[in-house]
Amino acid sequence: MNFGILVRMNRITKRFDELRAQNSKGLVIYIGAGDPDLGTTCKLAEAFSDIGVDVLELGVPFSDPLADGPVNQLSAQRGLASGTTPLRVLETVRAIRSVSEIPVVLYIYYNLMHRRGVAEFVREAASAGVDGLLVLDLPPEEGGDYLRLMREVGMSAIHLVAPTTPEDRIARIARTATGFIYCVSREGVTGVQDKVSQDVPRLVASVRRHTDLPIAVGFGISNPEQARAVAAHADAVVVGSAVVRLVETHATNPDAVSKVREFVGSLLNAIRKT
Amino acid sequence: MNTSASPNLPDELGHFGPYGGRFVPETLMHPLVELEKEYTRFSQDPEFQKELDYYLREFAGRPTPLYYAERFTSSLGGARIYLKREDLLHTGAHKINNCLGQVLLAKRMGKTRLIAETGAGQHGVATATVAAMFGFKCTVYMGAVDCQRQALNVYRMRMLGAEVVPVHAGQKTLKEAINEAMRDWVTNIRNTHYVLGTAYGAHPYPMMVRNFQRVIGDEARRQILEKEGRLPDLLIACVGGGSNAIGLFYPFLKDESVRMVGVEAGGEGIVPGKHAARFQGGSLGVLQGTRSYVLQDEHGQIQLTHSVSAGLDYAAVGPEHAWLRDKNRVEYTYATDDQALEAFLRLARTEGIIPALESAHAVAAAIERAPKMAPDQIIIVNLSGRGDKDVEQVAARLKF
Repeated sequence: MNFGILVRMNRITKRFDELRAQNSKGLVIYIGAGDPDLGTTCKLAEAFSDIGVDVLELGVPFSDPLADGPVNQLSAQRGLASGTTPLRVLETVRAIRSVSEIPVVLYIYYNLMHRRGVAEFVREAASAGVDGLLVLDLPPEEGGDYLRLMREVGMSAIHLVAPTTPEDRIARIARTATGFIYCVSREGVTGVQDKVSQDVPRLVASVRRHTDLPIAVGFGISNPEQARAVAAHADAVVVGSAVVRLVETHATNPDAVSKVREFVGSLLNAIRKT
Repeated sequence: MNTSASPNLPDELGHFGPYGGRFVPETLMHPLVELEKEYTRFSQDPEFQKELDYYLREFAGRPTPLYYAERFTSSLGGARIYLKREDLLHTGAHKINNCLGQVLLAKRMGKTRLIAETGAGQHGVATATVAAMFGFKCTVYMGAVDCQRQALNVYRMRMLGAEVVPVHAGQKTLKEAINEAMRDWVTNIRNTHYVLGTAYGAHPYPMMVRNFQRVIGDEARRQILEKEGRLPDLLIACVGGGSNAIGLFYPFLKDESVRMVGVEAGGEGIVPGKHAARFQGGSLGVLQGTRSYVLQDEHGQIQLTHSVSAGLDYAAVGPEHAWLRDKNRVEYTYATDDQALEAFLRLARTEGIIPALESAHAVAAAIERAPKMAPDQIIIVNLSGRGDKDVEQVAARLKF
């Protein structure tokens, strides 16, 4: 019996169940926590929640983000400069929870959890109201304790599947993952791309053979047209760097949140129509 | 097996006890599994070994001498000091041993492009060299600060036809160069082999690099038995990521009478941000693919490091070293910038050998220990590289 489910239904699972019932596609929005400061992160979360973003993916800033392209690297640097620690990110999620039930996933590098103690961090995150973790550099092979702890608290362990992931590995990841599967649309780091990879339909199809979990596609999706095109093949679309770039552009603008909200709204319109 | 530090590690997932492993983004997982498979296959193939031996001998200049440093020894008045002369290899350091192994592997795997990170530039030069010789495209990532302090090696790499990309992130040294190389690899995984230069990173790199570098210790063991008729009492090597050290130590692990000292960069002293001695100020962490000792703050952010030698200026240490330290098989100490500079000059003036600043850290430990040992005892110091690349920096610092 899963104790977490007795306490509350995981918000990610609940949201994807609703989307499926409405035959609708989901939108996952990534921002760097603490960029330019955690107050803005909180306001952005509230705005995303208001307009119906399905999952908020919060990047926890790390000094050495080796899976990230320049846009998210600089965002992490600004996050660190504003004094953003993993524990302050959890406090921010707690603050978001006082105004919103938006599902929240932390995008995190393993060392930040490892330093705190994996068990302790997982429990603290769950109690702050985090719904899932995407640990960039923790493959299932190294994740024994982590996966058990995540099950115990009812948080989703989000895993990546890449274009280089062979079929037998996809099967293994699908058995391990909960919440949703995050398909990386192309080989490379996070970042804005002019064109979305042609491989997406094939990759999503091979993941689909191994799981009923929702499949989200991300890395390089940066405008409504691309989002719509990808949504045709997946259950959800992840947009990150394009939003991060907008947050940066408007960092000193008092209307920053509404500018970002407007852009994210256009992404939502694009995918809800598919 | 007569020692608790088992030479049979790592296990099949790349663990040395609690250290090592494979902590990378998913895109790299399968390529690393493939690399491990191919490496395992070819390392058991006599043809591969024959070809590698050929290039090590004819191209790189192996075996390197095990040289009795008579004047250096008598200036210290203690143990007899032998230098393992990796500095005499083509390209000027032990790095070529590993690069030749990896380029032959890359060739067999059908790759057409090599990438590498480099700190002091020695690994970058060695990679650019094998790329030129075997007809690969080559890109080398190097921190912008290191590009400046090791400018000679930047020119060498460019002359050899490699593209050198200065990395401006963070503190602009080796760690940032590795991040950038990993980003390149993740993006160009289909045609590119990442020639990681040290016994660090995700499995199979720590094991593979060690095995390509163990030729240092295998030769040294044979040579000392020929020259002295017995094993040495002490081995000394500098430890950045730790490839020259593990290369020397590994073949002696079962020889219980042989003590070993790894020398980290003490920089300006053991104060956060002023050194790169992971076993002094570090703690268990996961960085750039592996679990080991890492210099980090209480939140898990990686700390700044400092060393006069770019090749030792790195926040983490190879996982096998962490394991050997836990098992008390190897002792880890440090030498400060000043001690390394003093050793640099002393070796130059007693032996006519200018060591790399990295290797000067090992020489510094010999200066400290030799006088405390008996004259019939034997030390082998790994002279991992030559100091040509450092003369400008040392001249500026010591006001020549």
